[in-house]
Amino acid sequence: MPKKTYRQAINEALRQEMERDPRVILMGEDVAGGMGSPGEDDAWGGPLGVTKGLMPRFGRERVLDTPITESAFIGAAVGAAVTGLRPVAELMFVDFFGVCFDQIFNQAAKFRYMFGGKAKTPLVIRTMYGAGFRAASQHSQCLYSIFTHIPGLKVALPSNAYDAKGLLIQAIRDDDPVIFFEHKAMYDEEAEVPDEPYTIPFGEAAVTREGDDVTIIAMGRMVNFANQVADKLAKEKIGVTVVDIRTTSPLDTETILDTAAETGRVVVVDESHPRCSVASDIAALIAQEAFEHLKAPVKMVTAPHAPVPFSPALEDLYIPSPQKIEAAVREVLAFSARA
Amino acid sequence: MQLSRDELLHAYRLMRTIRAFEDRVHEEFQAGNIPGFVHLYAGEEASAVGFCMHLKEGDYIASTHRGHGHCIAKGCDVRAMMAEIFGKKDGLCGGKGGSMHIADLEKGMMGANGIVGGGPPLVCGAALTAKTLKTGGVAIAFVGDGGSNQGTTLESYNLAKVWNLPAIFVIEDNGYAESTASSWAVAGSQVGRAAGFGIPGYEVDGHDFFAVWDVAREVIERARMGGGPSLVHVRFSRYYGHFEGDAMTYRGKDEVPRLMAERDCLKLFRNRVLEAALLDAAELDRIDREVAELIDRATAEAKAAPMPSEADLLTDVYVSYH
Repeated sequence: MPKKTYRQAINEALRQEMERDPRVILMGEDVAGGMGSPGEDDAWGGPLGVTKGLMPRFGRERVLDTPITESAFIGAAVGAAVTGLRPVAELMFVDFFGVCFDQIFNQAAKFRYMFGGKAKTPLVIRTMYGAGFRAASQHSQCLYSIFTHIPGLKVALPSNAYDAKGLLIQAIRDDDPVIFFEHKAMYDEEAEVPDEPYTIPFGEAAVTREGDDVTIIAMGRMVNFANQVADKLAKEKIGVTVVDIRTTSPLDTETILDTAAETGRVVVVDESHPRCSVASDIAALIAQEAFEHLKAPVKMVTAPHAPVPFSPALEDLYIPSPQKIEAAVREVLAFSARA
Repeated sequence: MQLSRDELLHAYRLMRTIRAFEDRVHEEFQAGNIPGFVHLYAGEEASAVGFCMHLKEGDYIASTHRGHGHCIAKGCDVRAMMAEIFGKKDGLCGGKGGSMHIADLEKGMMGANGIVGGGPPLVCGAALTAKTLKTGGVAIAFVGDGGSNQGTTLESYNLAKVWNLPAIFVIEDNGYAESTASSWAVAGSQVGRAAGFGIPGYEVDGHDFFAVWDVAREVIERARMGGGPSLVHVRFSRYYGHFEGDAMTYRGKDEVPRLMAERDCLKLFRNRVLEAALLDAAELDRIDREVAELIDRATAEAKAAPMPSEADLLTDVYVSYH
């Protein structure tokens, strides 16, 4: 099977879906780039080149560069979705949701309910998230917990190129609004990705490692860190199960609870802040539904309750690392309840 | 005048229906029969009707929190609307939207909106759909004078212009954003703002149906022909408060009675068509009676209709969710 990067997998999903369905359009800031400028057309193909080549293939009518005007164009994508198109809008950095959130959570997320089941809003918002780029507080956040909180939205965060393609095609074919999170530090990571289109259903976690001693529930880029830890500890005969939740809404509670029950020792790894987070949500779920199986308190490994710092020295401390995950695993393993 | 007899009768019936609907909602709210927040369109009828009469199937409108009039003008079912406002299962949105979110996408009505300035970006999207699928459709954002100051509205002017969308922005200026005078809150002028974006702008007396109808025809035709967006600043008055229960202490003492006596859009319409002998009084009186009966029936049915049940609480959140 051909190896492709996370970037190529996303580009391929977009291209194949645009070929399949003329109602699929792209819009966003510099998704082609060079609009109205004297130099090259398709100059950028997205700020990190993810949509490169799509405008020459599909034309300016289906790959729309926008002014820097998130309220208007995210709202336009919502309005287009509810009137018959299937837009894929790019919110360049998820940190920018603050200037367009109304259109997402008060409009797109609520139409179907408020209108008594008579609206469909097949919208995808692709957005970059995550730390590690030395991009500081306003270009490095995760924020998926905020979208996960909103009924009416679905939230996907692929941890590898294979999932990126399958989840994005699913998102585009889905009739509900989907927020699709792409980790900016993962665009060059490769995986085997089939050439033909395929979908990965939402709400189905992947078990990426299997072991009997500890369960790590992870998401996004943290899945790779968790896998590294599992592989390392396997050499010490410590068996670690790793669950990649893949979508935070819907959430595959069954796989989470089953794997938590199997080992009785759980670490939840989330790159985001700890309060009101996906990690705390999963920890609470396990505490409520699998308490009788637990041999140790659920441990969370997250970023701290602080903005993302700029200095490389600080940012490296900020991001949950494989070392911190390993330490957490050893801690839950060592725990024994006092009689 | 280029309206046919049938069109004149239709325009009068729509405006009368809106007025009677709103007067009845006012009474029922006063009587404690309607839950939640209600914002009434009485006095403003000529704008919704003057614009929507030019629209066809496949055209879209987005409205505001003051949305009943736009719904009726765009063809939403009056009986289902009343049931919705009473929170009933038979309502236009199954009782889940209510007055502030009443919508009917099949009729091209993208919803009243509880968020001031929520509609213009959505209308850019509906206009983009029309342009992309080459339907020949247009989309109208009705925006209040309050909403005209939101960034979403101003950003939408820019986007509609740079994408050359078949979008029309109708600034319905009833003089007050909640209790705050638009003469104070709006810097510059609405038409001047349009000019700033290179968009044709018009100001029209919103008490005068015929004036609205004329300018609406021009801007809708321009959009349909690929000529891009326009803005229309409609000046008129609302007879009731910002919301039901608003004592309107910010308004001039005799302001509303004077406006009702001198500038009422239904009276002006009636006088104009009778003076010009285009319609006769008996026809208009008959419409008044028929509308009153319709509203009586709609209200009685809404009151008698069942409430939604617990089984309805969690449906319609998603198309599918596992």
